[in-house]
Amino acid sequence: MLKQLECSRAIAETIARCRPQVVCAYPITPQTHIVEALSELVRDGSLSPCEYINVESETSALSVALGASATGARAYTATASQGALHMAEVIYNVAGLGLPVVMTLGNRAVGAPINIWNDHSDAMALKDAGWIQLFARDAQESLDLHVLAFRLAEELSVPVMVCVDGFVLTHSVEPLDVPSQEAVDRFLPPYQPVQVLDPADPVSIGAMVGPEAFTEVRYLAHHKQLQVLTRLPELAAELAQLIGRPSGALLHPYRLDGAETIVVAMGSVTGTIEVAIDELRAAGLAIGAVALCAFRPFPLAALAEALADARRVVVIERNLAPGLGGALASNVRMALRGRAIPVHTVIAGLGGRPVTRAALRPVFESAARDALDDLVFLDLDNAAIDRELARSGERRRSGPAAENLLRDARRPR
Amino acid sequence: MSQTVRFYQTATFTVGNRLLDPARRTVQASAERANAITSGHRACQGCGEALGARYVLDAAMRATGGDLVAVNATGCLEVFTTPSPQTAWQLPWLHSLFGNAAAVATGVAAALRVQGKRTRVIAQGGDGGTTDIGFGCLSGMFERNDDVLYVCYDNEGYMNTGVQRSSATPPAARTATTPVIGPEGGNVFGTGKSLPLIAMAHRLPYVATATVADLHDLEAKVTRAMTVHGARYLHVLVPCPLGWGHPTDETIQMSRLAIECGVFPVFEAVNGEVERATPIRRRQPIEAYLRPQKRFAHLFAGDAVDPRVARLQALADDNIRRFGIGGPP
Repeated sequence: MLKQLECSRAIAETIARCRPQVVCAYPITPQTHIVEALSELVRDGSLSPCEYINVESETSALSVALGASATGARAYTATASQGALHMAEVIYNVAGLGLPVVMTLGNRAVGAPINIWNDHSDAMALKDAGWIQLFARDAQESLDLHVLAFRLAEELSVPVMVCVDGFVLTHSVEPLDVPSQEAVDRFLPPYQPVQVLDPADPVSIGAMVGPEAFTEVRYLAHHKQLQVLTRLPELAAELAQLIGRPSGALLHPYRLDGAETIVVAMGSVTGTIEVAIDELRAAGLAIGAVALCAFRPFPLAALAEALADARRVVVIERNLAPGLGGALASNVRMALRGRAIPVHTVIAGLGGRPVTRAALRPVFESAARDALDDLVFLDLDNAAIDRELARSGERRRSGPAAENLLRDARRPR
Repeated sequence: MSQTVRFYQTATFTVGNRLLDPARRTVQASAERANAITSGHRACQGCGEALGARYVLDAAMRATGGDLVAVNATGCLEVFTTPSPQTAWQLPWLHSLFGNAAAVATGVAAALRVQGKRTRVIAQGGDGGTTDIGFGCLSGMFERNDDVLYVCYDNEGYMNTGVQRSSATPPAARTATTPVIGPEGGNVFGTGKSLPLIAMAHRLPYVATATVADLHDLEAKVTRAMTVHGARYLHVLVPCPLGWGHPTDETIQMSRLAIECGVFPVFEAVNGEVERATPIRRRQPIEAYLRPQKRFAHLFAGDAVDPRVARLQALADDNIRRFGIGGPP
């Protein structure tokens, strides 16, 4: 049933229907509304039995979830940005121990300079920690992916990070359908751990492993991820039957028929890209798009197939790998091994800068003419950069660059 | 597989106690003890932590009827009781990271509660994992009053990584990061922290200190801790022959001297107030404690005793005054 809801509230209601037994909360913008709503749902008895624990740091938030999961409880937490990096050590540990924790990442830039707005720097910093990473393209998918996440996590004993664009999705208010309790219960069986702390059958979990087996342990983590490539589409189809809409996939293709230029992106920017593509298609340009939902595992085969007829690829990056370009484009190139086509990296929407149709259109048009540079920064204020470079060249103590740039931006010209 | 326990009569302070009424004998004196850390592990000869952890866990196993889970911080205890596939642990045991044992234990306790189980939870770490890197998680567990007994096995340094200074390292002690170089070699004065006092400041239902020298006292404190719910803290002094540089057969003696000279006050506190502090039976000068330890050897290397010995004596005297544990002069 469609209901006008804030996405974070709706995510919380969806999580509650997944019946987590332990929820740990530490506030960080922009995920905070999710755990706030969950605290209400636990207090008013809508989510019961459930232990809701207010912790003192993100390291503790995920550590509490780790302990709970190892004791056979379904565990959930949410974080973003600095919080995700604060708990980075635990993120690796949860994956290494094969514990099926589900965590929402309200995607946000990583400081300094401190910035609370949306990009994918946090998720990209943790892309190789061993978690499944699913990116929601819209608010409705943000909800549904969490249901899929618990099922995938527990079936394969691997943690899942549901990446939801901060503010753009987390704070959007729109008609949303929270999957019904009946549908979730049919889709999500009770958690059956593969290892558990049980005095009746004591095991030692988390002991040291030396070179004689470490590679094999790591290989198995890779193997699990590869299984997701098969299981995710199957489970998404099963969930679609129950909730009456397709949601979740390895990737979402858009107008690929005859497309010579294909745009690859993740998350909420997909909507803007699709509108731009509609306009360019109407103007006769052969262009389409692929929105990746699964970033880990990376759907190499599915993406290679989607890009099979492309003559060029434009990757819209919501992150920057300084000194290289973008994390997504590096991965996309892996799907194009053996093919000599250009892959353009467009760094866009860092720290919440709006990615507009107006800005994207000329980039796509220029790519279609094979006139786009390899690495492009969308909407970059080159004059401001030049002024700051000149300032810093003039004297040693030129002051904080971020402050200089802001002061510059406010000066009437 | 658990070992078969056999006893050899040693001294009256240790596992013997054959003359006591059976009901008053220690858990360690019983062939029925859980032997939670069984033999064959890789602890150094004379390791105080190996003894302390087994004493604590066996007492807790008895107190809970074996319905117990242990969470472990990274450190000596974690390393010498494993690696996979070998394990000395005879109870369910979870190691995650160096700094998060208290939070992991909170999660274990929450999961048990939500599942309606009565299983109890112990978290344990060395002084580094407790007073330094795990301090934030531990304070969080304390203030939420999570149902966990946290045990710190304090050997006053990062012994697993090769004897570096922690915030539990005493002044003047030589470690790999407080070398004996210059006129005031070793650890500096005026630093460090008392975790038991900090734990008390959280108004925990139960805080206690103990050593491996007094087994009856240690076991009684663990047993009492397990009768209480909520966050509890037990701080056990466990001498380390490697890091302290005392003979491996003097670990118990070092613990006893630490009590008797006043550097390690033994007490119990309830709801943030000291309930009982153990009076010193035979007061010893600080020198008797310092001299056998190579980490303090530089204090006695010159023609005259280093004036810092007197400063250490003053610190010990101050402990004795604060806790009112001065024995007969």
